Amino acid sequence: MSEVLFLVDHSAGKITKAAGELATYAKSIGDSVAVVFADNAQPIVDQLNAFPVDKVITIAGEFDKYGPAAVADGLSQLLAARKPAALLITSTANGKEIAARASVISGSGIITDAVNVDKDLITTQSVFGGSTTVHATVTKGVPIITLRANSIEATAATSSAAVESFSATISEAAKLAPITSATPVVKGGRPDLTEASIVVSGGRGTNGDFKPVEALADALGAAVGASRAATDAGWYPHSNQVGQTGKTVSPQLYVAAGISGAIQHRAGMQTSKTIVAINKDPEAPILEIADFAVVGDLFNVLPQATAQIIARKG
Amino acid sequence: MKIAICIKQVPDSWAEKKMAGGVLDRAGVDAVLNDLDEYAVEEALRIVETNSPSKEAGEGSGHTITLISMGPERATEAIRKALSMGADDAILVTDPSLAGSDALATSLVLSEVIKKGNYDLVLCGTESTDARMSVIPAMISQRLGWAQLTFAGKVKVDPAANTVEIERVTEFGNQVMSAKFPAVLSVVEKINEPRYPSFKGIMAAKKKPITNMSLADTGVPAAEVGAGAAWSNVKEALPRPPRGVGVKLTDEGNGGEKLVEFLVEKRLA
Repeated sequence: MSEVLFLVDHSAGKITKAAGELATYAKSIGDSVAVVFADNAQPIVDQLNAFPVDKVITIAGEFDKYGPAAVADGLSQLLAARKPAALLITSTANGKEIAARASVISGSGIITDAVNVDKDLITTQSVFGGSTTVHATVTKGVPIITLRANSIEATAATSSAAVESFSATISEAAKLAPITSATPVVKGGRPDLTEASIVVSGGRGTNGDFKPVEALADALGAAVGASRAATDAGWYPHSNQVGQTGKTVSPQLYVAAGISGAIQHRAGMQTSKTIVAINKDPEAPILEIADFAVVGDLFNVLPQATAQIIARKG
Repeated sequence: MKIAICIKQVPDSWAEKKMAGGVLDRAGVDAVLNDLDEYAVEEALRIVETNSPSKEAGEGSGHTITLISMGPERATEAIRKALSMGADDAILVTDPSLAGSDALATSLVLSEVIKKGNYDLVLCGTESTDARMSVIPAMISQRLGWAQLTFAGKVKVDPAANTVEIERVTEFGNQVMSAKFPAVLSVVEKINEPRYPSFKGIMAAKKKPITNMSLADTGVPAAEVGAGAAWSNVKEALPRPPRGVGVKLTDEGNGGEKLVEFLVEKRLA
């Protein structure tokens, strides 16, 4: 069976949730081969063994110092050496840059932001704010495909992946912009927006008061999002913006509170599995795409729902 | 300093978009300067203003800002907008053979144009609001062999030392990166507040030069661009089936409870 490589994202020794998802995709196509850039890969390998992983290739070196340019160099050398069926990368800003450079270096076609890839390497993308579904394939080189987090449920497994190391060099060009210092993101108590299974978002209707949105999010173990109107008004950090110029999320449940649902916003959340909307305006476009819609004041509906959820957990 | 900015004309991000024959139907929608490119234009203007005693780009400041774009002739509208913000001149690569080009071909054409200009810095937005791939800055940097400083939330340029330092904003936190010129930068939304073109700027933009280049002028062979040279292939593009009609109710004092009932039924709470 042919190998399908996937790049493992990790931070502070922990793999991301998306790593298990990529392993699941890889295994559905061929032999699932994880690629880990780390000097001490063992803790990462241990975590990967909870997912369907046949092999782990570890690459040590100064990749943290030189960022995506260096990782792209390493991956390209690996592609040349192993000629896998495909290379899968998580569709983050960082991941897409790595994919972009690797595509140029290795002469391979690239597809970004896929929400599925099947065993024949046909990808599914949801474009134009979710209004159009595109099926595409890469026709040259090793298909390099970036996949959105949360687009598949990771399969649990008890793997004992074989581990081998690969030695890769970093080109002079990739060393031109070293990272001189790094400040890890301060993790709040809430899950990361793009990885969360549930997202509760607030918009113009909050009038700047996100407390009921945050309270419901915390009761559901959800991440908090915001519409562009809310971030432009300075009510919530820009990093939490969901929409065409913000983050794209695809959670199991998306709760839109006080968000009208302009195409700009729908572009960032329309592929959510279940959509719930609360809006005072019975004509708000968001109500048309919601699986469950309440026409009402979020300041009444959200606290009542939050109290109910907390009571149920008892 | 010589600064280039890669800009793109895109369908208005507030408009409904459709596919036609496997590619975006661009003819039927309003076209505008890509929102996210405005931040790159603004940042370039600020770099020049910070480092120029005369506080203006153009003649006398010792710094120039050139816009580079690939697209149909209609793209001059987007270019005029960026010129009216304060860029000095522009290059537009227009050629029928470029239609349907993928990101790899686009980055190749842009890189070849950049190579001819002896620029110190190339600035880009993080992505276009139509294709949303976010790969062009990295591809250009790789092709040119220049330093890549992308997703900048802050930019600091020292023209005397020929160096640039950025704060890169990533999912995992912020990183400080620095490099010598020449370098390719992309800037994130909210790095600045793009200025509105002034009346004076709009009038001045009408007289600023836009150089038209054909594909042959760039030196890129026709076989490497266009839909036929794309390294990926759209098999089909289908309108998404409408979501099933959901439940819609008006809050009569128990809307929150009803909402939780729905979530419990769906095993979401």
